[in-house]
Amino acid sequence: MIPRYFHDQVTQGAAECAVAAVMALLVMLLAERRGVGLLRELPLAQLRGIVQIVTVGGILTVLLRGPSGTSLLVLGGMMLAAASIVRGRARQIPRAFALALISIFVGAGSILAVMIGAGILPLRITMLVPVGSMVIAQTMNMQSIFLDRFRSEVVSHTGEIESALALGGSPDAAVSIYLRAAYKASLIPSIDSVRSLGIVWIPGIMAGMVLSGASPVYAALYQFVVISTIFSAAALTCLVASALVTRRVFSPQEQLLLRP
Amino acid sequence: MDCSRPSNSYLLRCSELTRELPAPGKRLKHENGATPSALNGRRALIEDVSFDLACGEVLAVTGPSGSGKSTLLRLLNRLDEPTSGRVLLNLKKPGGDDHTGGIDYRSIPARELRRRVGMVMQRAYLFAGTVAQNVAFGPAQLAQTLTSGQIEEMLVRVGLGGYGERAALTLSGGEAQRVAITRALANRPELLLLDEPTSSLDEAARDSVEALLSSLIRENNLACVWVTHDPAQAQRLADSLLRLEEGRVAGYRPVHRLKASSGDVSPFESTYHPAVTEVGELPRVRERGTSTDHPGNCG
Repeated sequence: MIPRYFHDQVTQGAAECAVAAVMALLVMLLAERRGVGLLRELPLAQLRGIVQIVTVGGILTVLLRGPSGTSLLVLGGMMLAAASIVRGRARQIPRAFALALISIFVGAGSILAVMIGAGILPLRITMLVPVGSMVIAQTMNMQSIFLDRFRSEVVSHTGEIESALALGGSPDAAVSIYLRAAYKASLIPSIDSVRSLGIVWIPGIMAGMVLSGASPVYAALYQFVVISTIFSAAALTCLVASALVTRRVFSPQEQLLLRP
Repeated sequence: MDCSRPSNSYLLRCSELTRELPAPGKRLKHENGATPSALNGRRALIEDVSFDLACGEVLAVTGPSGSGKSTLLRLLNRLDEPTSGRVLLNLKKPGGDDHTGGIDYRSIPARELRRRVGMVMQRAYLFAGTVAQNVAFGPAQLAQTLTSGQIEEMLVRVGLGGYGERAALTLSGGEAQRVAITRALANRPELLLLDEPTSSLDEAARDSVEALLSSLIRENNLACVWVTHDPAQAQRLADSLLRLEEGRVAGYRPVHRLKASSGDVSPFESTYHPAVTEVGELPRVRERGTSTDHPGNCG
């Protein structure tokens, strides 16, 4: 229906964005009746998202003509932004920005480096930036889930944790069970994505490759490579975060700082 | 623990212990020398609390809710950090009966301190797993393994023989608290901190856990700081009494004076009024131990 009323791509895209945004708002209105409390957050997030993605579209148009090393700068900027968003979700955890940045840098950075080194991911900006952004975005999401779950586990089990400390246990021993629970919880959506690949959803890269004339089988195989890369990077990021987060919720005297 | 020591010795000396919460958005510096009157916007959880505890002595700490009783125990176990004040401990030297003399508890590594100053909380907070795994937790932190026979022996002492393989989280409140006590004693602490260990239990369980703790403390001649909101319980168990109100010491008396008071009127009500605060009596000779300027030797 919408294409009938618009004759250029930009105005048509804007109208489609408006419909999608209103649809999301309507769903959140329904959810608000159950007291979810995210309705105020959504319009701002949508506005921020549309401005950011359009800006990036403009920047990419310029960068596509630049040297291939430029893509590393772009990915670096994305990592900083992702770490900043994770910090917003994990404010109760001291020095969460540094924690998130180190985790994303090690997790996403090392997996991307391996893929580039193996020649699977070309250093071309047209490939590296889109795939790298997907990897970084997923590491950000999983890390947010991980830190949020870990925080809530710790806050709701302060008695057990302090009992373990009071018995001479180390901070690691006191929170290990909660770290494991948070790590598992953060991995579940990604494992489900891998499991449902091709059955429940056909990801964008595969669709794009098929549309641009690539072999559907090769497109499918490459899509699996991308999804696996994303999963490995995100899982490694959370593993690094789990190794770093314990120090941040205990004082040097091994006292629990994260309390209700 | 053998506490046949010279009478003028202390195991724990707590001097002007203060714990404040910082004003919102401000960090609070420890040991900054600020006087309470200068603590603009800060809230003191406890303030200038001083007392001594002799080897083998049971000190009951009482007071209304929010008076700082649990905060005091958390500071003594170093689960929380004092803003100012000192805690001196006169613990045994490793591998012998000699004592260290009074040393600042900050100089003892946190894990070692917590093993030697055991704590039982208001709720048992058992870990998922078996009762035996809970009991073995403390020694396992030092890579020490308790045999199933040793664990069973400890459980028999608290009336839970045969419970070793039971799932800890399925126990009743009274049973769970007995496991928590066993778990704390498995570290062989020299000082035991009890944070209202019977207050969350029903009457029958409360009586049996109190009797158990009382006998374990006497059998092992353990020094103990027992927080309770029940004056009658304090009078039954304690050698000396400390009352906190709004974070400050509102009264302190050795037990022999309490026992001499009228039986009908609670000694807390009659003597622990802020108007009759007797913090200055701290150095007096007590029935079972005495605080002096010297740590002495408890061994």
